[in-house]
Amino acid sequence: MSPLVRLDSVAAAYDDTLVLHDVSHSIEPGDFTGIVGPSGSGKTTMLRVLLGSMTPVSGSVVRAPGLRVGYVPQLETVSWGFPVTVAECVLMARKPAHVWPWSTPAERADVGAVLERLGIDDLARRHIRELSGGQQQRMFLARALVRRPQLLLLDEPTSGVDVQTRHEVLHLLEDLSRDGIAVLLTTHDLNGMAAHLPQLVALAGHVVASGPPSEVIVPGVLEQVFGARMEVLQHLGIPVVVDGYDHALRSGVAS
Amino acid sequence: MSGLLEMFSYDFFVKGLAAAVLAGALCGLLSTFITLRGMSYIGHGLSHSIFGGFAASAVVGINVVLGAGIWGLGTAFAINWVARKRSIGADAAIGVVTTASFALGVALLKKFGQQGGLSFDQALFGSILGVRASDLILLGVALLATLLLVVLRYRQLLFLTFDPDVAAVSGVNTRRLDALVMAVLSLSILASLTVIGVTLVAAILVVPSVIARLLTNSFSKMLVIATGVGAFSGFVGMVASYQLDVPSGTTIVLTSAALFVIVLALTGPRRLRRTAGMDDHTDAAAVAPAVGSRA
Repeated sequence: MSPLVRLDSVAAAYDDTLVLHDVSHSIEPGDFTGIVGPSGSGKTTMLRVLLGSMTPVSGSVVRAPGLRVGYVPQLETVSWGFPVTVAECVLMARKPAHVWPWSTPAERADVGAVLERLGIDDLARRHIRELSGGQQQRMFLARALVRRPQLLLLDEPTSGVDVQTRHEVLHLLEDLSRDGIAVLLTTHDLNGMAAHLPQLVALAGHVVASGPPSEVIVPGVLEQVFGARMEVLQHLGIPVVVDGYDHALRSGVAS
Repeated sequence: MSGLLEMFSYDFFVKGLAAAVLAGALCGLLSTFITLRGMSYIGHGLSHSIFGGFAASAVVGINVVLGAGIWGLGTAFAINWVARKRSIGADAAIGVVTTASFALGVALLKKFGQQGGLSFDQALFGSILGVRASDLILLGVALLATLLLVVLRYRQLLFLTFDPDVAAVSGVNTRRLDALVMAVLSLSILASLTVIGVTLVAAILVVPSVIARLLTNSFSKMLVIATGVGAFSGFVGMVASYQLDVPSGTTIVLTSAALFVIVLALTGPRRLRRTAGMDDHTDAAAVAPAVGSRA
């Protein structure tokens, strides 16, 4: 199976500041991958390179011909006061069926179907500000899905949402990956990812480690990526990261 | 009553009124895009920049509309180009380019004086007297071009206005669309210069959409309401200009400001929350789309 996107020794920079270097990674159909790393590690830059909105300074990016990509931005970057309803927000990403401003019945049916799939069809006429965090995330997922993407890229989809919403969003993404859509998301939330994602990429300007959570969420990798010692426990076979200092405090070792 | 209607028997007034209504509708229509994308500073800067082109064209002796139009377009694209470079913000780029252009215009007109066409005051504050048939044609062309752009590229413009970053990676040619918006904006400012004036056109590129935002939660309705508010402000402002014998730009802007106060009083201050985030100048990406923030 040929990859949807392949990065080979990619380097990316803002002006003269190198943010990514020597990054190689392939995305196959149905992949469900999390890019983990602290702020400034190059996560969003890697998404930009994958999206094609940023040109690498060296290396190559090979995309499958006619690749359709859906993108879900960080909720913090959205202008929630913008005068638009949920249905209008989703519709704007669909390729217009004609040149006129109004939507066709087929377009409305498409939007309705994707909203129904994500369980928010009853919110179609609501203003976007009236949604909860989880509903907002689903709306942007719907907007990405209405393009029938082969690759779905999400920037910090679990940032700023509660635990329940995080689980819901990750389960949804898991379902989508089972349907054959490659899902790649960025996060700094290690524990949430370890429980849900089969593949992780630890990024610190370059790929420090990649593979299943059991190989990536290990103290040596985490220290390289986050620059701090972290303890990793096992819970039901899932690695759980514990901040070393906090853990020591709780154990009564440090005082 | 007959005294009140007398003004409509004057050809210059009817032309001025038609120009004010067209300019108000045109600026009102554009105001929705400008405020929601945080571009009002661009409108402000472009109008001042076009003044420089106006003065330079008048001094050199070439067609003022053509010269100022080319100047304005050049400035718009220069701002866009500088902003995309990201080395300095869009606000700083506008500040440098347009204030220099405005200063040049003032210097040229003060040094060489009026060389035909509009006077210094007319260009700054608008005039009921300066409207010619060619101004009406230019306004009609600008309105038609803007309407065509909005109607034929409605969904792409909505996407670009709401989320330029994602629009750019979702098949919308944001560079071309941005260029088209800049082109119709420059043309509209140039066409509105006669009746509204350089210093006041920026206000009519903002206030109608703020009023519309107070009244609706729908983008499409906002476009219609802002256009209507602009046209109404143009009509009432021009009548007031004639009656009070003050520059038409000032009365048009004061009319729209009065409308804002009335609508705010009727809808209540809570509706002001809707305008939060409108015209956020910190968004340099408004004219230079790129995805998200730096990682």
